Amino acid sequence: MTAPHHREVDPVTGHDTTGHDWNGIRELNTPFPRLVIWALVLAFLYSVIAWVLLPAWPTGRDYTRGLLGLDQRAEAAEGFRALSGRRQDWLSRFGGADFAALTADKALMATAMPAAARLYADNCAACHGTRGQGGPGFPVLSDGTWLWSGDPDEIATTIRHGINADDPDTRYAEMPAFDWIERPDRIALSRFVADLPGGAADFETPAGGLFTENCATCHGDTGAGGLSVGAPSLTDTATLYGQDPETVMETLRHGRAGLMPAWSGRLSGAEINLLALYVTQLGQGSGGRP
Amino acid sequence: MTATLTLPERRIGLFLSVLLALMGLFMAAAARHGVMSLHGFMALGLGLGLVFLIGGSLYDPAPPHRRPDRYYDAPTRFGLTLTLVWAIIGMGVGVWVAALLYWPEATPPWPATSFGRLRPVHTTGIIFGFGGNALIATSFHVLQRTSRARLADSISPWVVVLGYNLFCAWAVTGYLMGSTQSKEYAEAEWYADLWLVVIWVTYFTLYLRTLARRNEPHIYVANWYYLAFILVVAMLHIVNNLALPVRLTTAESFPVWSGVQDAMVQWWYGHNAVAFFLTAGFLGMLYYFLPVRSGRPIWSYRLSIVSFWGITFFYIWVGSHHLHYTALPYWAQTLGMTFSVMLLVPSWASAGNAIATLNGAWHKVRDDATLRFMFVAAVFYGLSTFEGSFLAIRPVNSLSHYTDWTVGHVHSGTLGWVAMIIFGAIYTLVPQLGGKRQMASPRAIEWHFWLAVTGTLIYVIAMWNAGITQGLMWRAYDRNGALSYSFVQSVQAMAPYYLLRTIGGALFLTGAVLCAWNCRATLRGAREGAADRPLVPQPAE
Ligand code: HEC
Ligand code: HEC
Ligand code: HEM
Ligand code: HEM
Repeated sequence: MTAPHHREVDPVTGHDTTGHDWNGIRELNTPFPRLVIWALVLAFLYSVIAWVLLPAWPTGRDYTRGLLGLDQRAEAAEGFRALSGRRQDWLSRFGGADFAALTADKALMATAMPAAARLYADNCAACHGTRGQGGPGFPVLSDGTWLWSGDPDEIATTIRHGINADDPDTRYAEMPAFDWIERPDRIALSRFVADLPGGAADFETPAGGLFTENCATCHGDTGAGGLSVGAPSLTDTATLYGQDPETVMETLRHGRAGLMPAWSGRLSGAEINLLALYVTQLGQGSGGRP
Repeated sequence: MTATLTLPERRIGLFLSVLLALMGLFMAAAARHGVMSLHGFMALGLGLGLVFLIGGSLYDPAPPHRRPDRYYDAPTRFGLTLTLVWAIIGMGVGVWVAALLYWPEATPPWPATSFGRLRPVHTTGIIFGFGGNALIATSFHVLQRTSRARLADSISPWVVVLGYNLFCAWAVTGYLMGSTQSKEYAEAEWYADLWLVVIWVTYFTLYLRTLARRNEPHIYVANWYYLAFILVVAMLHIVNNLALPVRLTTAESFPVWSGVQDAMVQWWYGHNAVAFFLTAGFLGMLYYFLPVRSGRPIWSYRLSIVSFWGITFFYIWVGSHHLHYTALPYWAQTLGMTFSVMLLVPSWASAGNAIATLNGAWHKVRDDATLRFMFVAAVFYGLSTFEGSFLAIRPVNSLSHYTDWTVGHVHSGTLGWVAMIIFGAIYTLVPQLGGKRQMASPRAIEWHFWLAVTGTLIYVIAMWNAGITQGLMWRAYDRNGALSYSFVQSVQAMAPYYLLRTIGGALFLTGAVLCAWNCRATLRGAREGAADRPLVPQPAE
């Protein structure tokens, strides 16, 4: 370790050391680099220009407005207007719900369907799947079987008001709990329901009797649904929750009431009609491009 | 630990440990259940453990005479051990949450292991656990060496290290149980915040008292940076965490700030946490260990001092660049933007100064992986500050904000700069603490270096791509004014980048594990303490 206050010349830089020494670290007497001062001046210049042009310094209750007179709220509104203007050109056509005429207009559909696909992906895919493939509790939209109907008008109603949703005109679809049926009977009934799609279910059995007595009002005499109460067909292979005996036992024990949100507060009428057409086409197997 | 304390010091230690145990008991009893009571039990456990440790060796042989003639390195050594433990916890959780983002189905079914709870465990564990312990431990070392004085007393360093780690452990276990203030990097609840204030004041006074005893006429520049770190973090921490507890017996509280003021205070805190926790303190580390390892004096000492004031002055203004295009008034955003650009000058001056310091030592950079760690740290410091100033420009931020570009910027700073400089310092310091000439395995350092550099590059490049892709996808509209991409598509587009990030992170973690192993091997059976002495003049080498 060198003694304190010993100045020497550093061979690499040619500058001397000031003689300060901290545990062997010396202080090299390099002059302050000019470049840094110029860089600071430049950066400061940039700042001054920005301060002159943009809102910058507070002045008590007000602030300097800047020569450009920019206001971020106005800018945002302006950008929004520009975009939605371009969209309104074609979207406004969907304000009316003459779905047949809309579908017939090929040029309009070519413009609208890609936009509908994004609208669907941003709002609906989280529950119904990116390609409408659904999932347990969330109906498949691409298989052409419907809880309610594949008619675009009906679909628009479902989207607008939801199912079991917080909306005065919502659709109701409640599957009551049948936990009061004795467990052995419930097991037999579950097997019966599980056999319905294969056609192996025999209505002349006690389980078939239970079905006719308790279930047919909503699911139809043969279990084929289609009564517009939201009760699915139990004879087709499409399922909502599952039609294996265990899942049917669950359904019978606790009942079911899936929630489809109402969208009238979040999407415009035109957007809802657009989506209704998109979902219709999904069901016909022609949409579904994510 | 106790072997280095005198009998009166052991008595004080014992007394403080009893106090800690009583505090813990009181907390546990008052809160009865929930997070706060668990934290009470943790404090009780630590207190009782210390009571047994100190009580059991109370009348052991006293440390040798002439203790003031030696530096006090035991707390540094202990702190470095904790640094490495937290490194593995923090990075391990980092790799795990990175994997979850690629593979969300793998999330286990318990609330405590959900992404939302683990993410702050990563950030707190790595910034405060890993970074904070490294800063505290090295600051004790640098302070003593550059002042040529022993720490002012032997109790407060232990209070600082143990108390600080109790804070970290409280914070992290709290998040796992769902307890949070919801302020990023300041999630810990009110009593933990209060506890940290006590610890921090102890730290600050210890630092000042030791500086006052220095045997050098001037205060070395590293100490300025460390001091700024301690002082400003105290200020930020107190202001941002001002809150009214719902009840004194529960963890929940209401912040006194609300609305856009709350956002501004939070990001004034958040950015200066970056500035004074992740930058100033580590610049102090750089300005000491780089000259020591390279054998070269700082290229321009004057510049290092001016940069210090530049950084300190400009940083305080820039927090608003985290709130571009929000409810925060435009003028505050402009100020944040312009000061961020000016901030680049002292930042690059520091990075350039560090690199110019290596003039005359480039052959060492080539041969010595430890020095290479520090060189890479300086380069990444330059890169990430340039990137930061760029991101702070409003129109650029409109693209980058909310995207993984921010995450890329964060990790170019934290992996490339913070972690690299820590590893450089550790590899310089650990052999010295063990009284060895070098680390147990120089080859492992070489491996660690390349793992760390590769991991960082993979991570950062993946996140740049990810972020810019996201930003462009979100703002793309087609001719007809409709969005070109859905959000889900932008999420799907991230998959390859998230996988790459996980791989890069795993490489980086592997390096850190190697480091921990190497340090253990170096310190095992090491002679007590470093060979250098404070006051006794030694013959020139
Ligand atoms: C929160 C989840 C969720 C979201 C989001 C959602 N749905 Fe649904 N949707 C459901 C559920 C659940 C049902 C079935 C309700 C039931 O069980 O009766 C349903 C039913 C439907 C039906 C009736 C299907 C049939 O067979 O008759 C249509 C049509 C539909 N949704 C369209 C949409 C559209 C379009 C969107 C986007 C605007 C959307 N859904 C968003 C959950 C959701
Ligand atoms: C009050 C009308 C009503 C009655 C009575 C009723 N259901 Fe349902 N059922 C529904 C509705 C509505 C749904 C759809 C629930 C939903 O959308 O969440 C449903 C759903 C189901 C499902 C689920 C189908 C799938 O695809 O996952 C099964 C199985 C079922 N019902 C069986 C029965 C059986 C068996 C009975 C008689 C014991 C019965 N239901 C009686 C209305 C009824
Ligand atoms: C093993 C290496 C690491 C991996 C794999 C990793 C991974 C991650 C992941 C996955 C996130 C969450 C990103 C998101 O929410 O989208 C994250 C955030 C973060 N990490 Fe790391 N990390 C690593 C190392 C570090 C280190 C060493 C530090 C600090 C010293 C650090 C500091 C942070 C910070 C501050 C954030 C929050 C960023 C933000 O909110 O913008 N990480 N990290
Ligand atoms: C000149 C220096 C720097 C400037 C001007 C700067 C600027 C910025 C900007 C503009 C953002 C993005 C804010 C947003 O869009 O939300 C950001 C985020 C961040 N930066 Fe920097 N940065 C600098 C240096 C650093 C360094 C060196 C580090 C780490 C060691 C760092 C760590 C972070 C972290 C952790 C965030 C994420 C905060 C969050 O959102 O959670 N920055 N920085």
